[in-house]
Amino acid sequence: MDILNALVAILNYVVIPATAYGAQLALGALGVTLIYGILRFSNFAHGDTMAIGTAITILFTWMLQSFGISFGPLPTALLALPLGIAATAVLVLATDRAVYRFYRVQRAAPIIFVMASVGVMFVLNGLTRLLIGVDERRFDDGTRFVINAREFREWSGLSEGLALRGTQVLTVVVAVAVVWALFWFLNRTRSGKAMRAYSDNEDLALLSGIDPERVVRLTWIIAAGLATIAGVLYGLDKSFRPFNYFQMLLPIFAAAIVGGLGNPVGAIAGGFIVAFSEVAVTYPWRKVAGYLAPDWQPAGLLQLLGTEYKFAVSFVILIVVLLFRPTGLFRGKSV
Amino acid sequence: MIRVEDLHRHFGGFRAVDGASLTIEKGSITGLIGPNGAGKTTLFNVIAGVLPPTSGHVYMDGQDITGLPPHQLFHRGLLRTFQLAHEFASMTVRENLMMVPGGQSGEVLWNTWFRRGQIAREEAELRKRADEVLDFLTIRHLATEKAGNLSGGQKKLLELGRTMMVDAKIVFLDEVGAGVNRTLLGTIGDAIVRLNKERGYTFCVIEHDMDFIGRLCDPVIVMAEGKVLAEGSADEIMKNEDVIEAYLGTGLKNKVKAELAGGDA
Repeated sequence: MDILNALVAILNYVVIPATAYGAQLALGALGVTLIYGILRFSNFAHGDTMAIGTAITILFTWMLQSFGISFGPLPTALLALPLGIAATAVLVLATDRAVYRFYRVQRAAPIIFVMASVGVMFVLNGLTRLLIGVDERRFDDGTRFVINAREFREWSGLSEGLALRGTQVLTVVVAVAVVWALFWFLNRTRSGKAMRAYSDNEDLALLSGIDPERVVRLTWIIAAGLATIAGVLYGLDKSFRPFNYFQMLLPIFAAAIVGGLGNPVGAIAGGFIVAFSEVAVTYPWRKVAGYLAPDWQPAGLLQLLGTEYKFAVSFVILIVVLLFRPTGLFRGKSV
Repeated sequence: MIRVEDLHRHFGGFRAVDGASLTIEKGSITGLIGPNGAGKTTLFNVIAGVLPPTSGHVYMDGQDITGLPPHQLFHRGLLRTFQLAHEFASMTVRENLMMVPGGQSGEVLWNTWFRRGQIAREEAELRKRADEVLDFLTIRHLATEKAGNLSGGQKKLLELGRTMMVDAKIVFLDEVGAGVNRTLLGTIGDAIVRLNKERGYTFCVIEHDMDFIGRLCDPVIVMAEGKVLAEGSADEIMKNEDVIEAYLGTGLKNKVKAELAGGDA
């Protein structure tokens, strides 16, 4: 039995990737959950907002690189991020003005907003492709590895390697900073409290003199920021392909619903629950089993589900939560 | 102060408010009574901008305020409370009160970072005011309690407290006494009178408790089936035959009349 090697393998193939992925999902789910809590509809365009935010950030990254600007060991995209967020916020606010505000004035039912957001999703989808094309793009530069697999093997003397990429560390650090800033904003500032008040009880907020349009604008700006950050971190960690972002919609919604729609803490927990389930279920455990029980020679890979089916994990989690605890783990609004 | 002219609000075929016209005089505590389903709360909702009217107009100090959104009416000094107490459940009682004067400079994203001094001053001022209101309502000990955990009666007090956070001109109270015990009802009544006398608030009160109405309100307006049925002092109203009929139906009315007649003889 070789516990150390098994642990390193689990760390390398499950814990590290799932933590980075979980942080990305959590940021995405936070955006979805904020919009649900305050604007009261499920925004299907969130995945494509992430895509176009990332595309814009990539364009700014290329621009900075063409000026010969880089960010030392960190990816240049991090420098371009504020520009990307600003541009995405403008785009999202324009969408609100052009589409959603009309329905808000009509006091339309939530399902109308959802369908409108599906339309927005298709438009953003096309815009992203027009802007940057459909191909896969890598835009990570700077230091690739914090811990290199070969060096780790030499240093530790273990046969199993451990790799920790710079983008993974960056993802977690940025996610922690963003979540901290968001909670500080929601709990400590007057703007944040006005948003929470609006989320708690819309009628009362209006009758207390809170300007709904201001709250709505604020929500969109924050959602655009969260979407762009989540999208850029995901793109840095994996790669950028518009279609991947569309597909991320499912795990993101699963994360938001598992935690309880409208509840920010829930969205974060949900992100990690979905990410860890997805990675753990699709990881072939044969190698780990080999270290722990060398005598056992399993016929298969000990992989519960092929990676092609990873989205099924989100589906199963969604269905189980909706069946047994429709308000989510952290008591959000009922779906 | 408030003039409502031929106001209609229909829900599909149902005419909740069906041509109501009434006037609320400045400085009065006007009672609004009527059987359940008479359209009182719908009338409040239309006046307060929560529901758009089907037709008709609402004037405040001569200006047409029909269909203005609630937050704009708030800044004109028109406030209302809810029949079922509303609160920001995830915030403390003090935060609930401090939330009330919406439109503070801290609600602008830009100011959050660049005008922190001004925001801090405003917040300190609000905090002081909130604590005064809590003292007035004798619920200072609940200041840091989550508003969602309060009892029904305490939530009613919080509703009233909310109207005291600003200098309102007119406050619409929707069954402020419902589900409140007699002692607390007395406290609420005293608070209303005090606000009326000391701060010049005009009140319009929906209430089913006739003792409460009789003690506070003059005049009293009676609504039935979406229309204004009668208006007058509380005593006049209680003797008005149409009013008794609206509340009790024809059969019971005759019985009550007979009893009243018997009592007099």
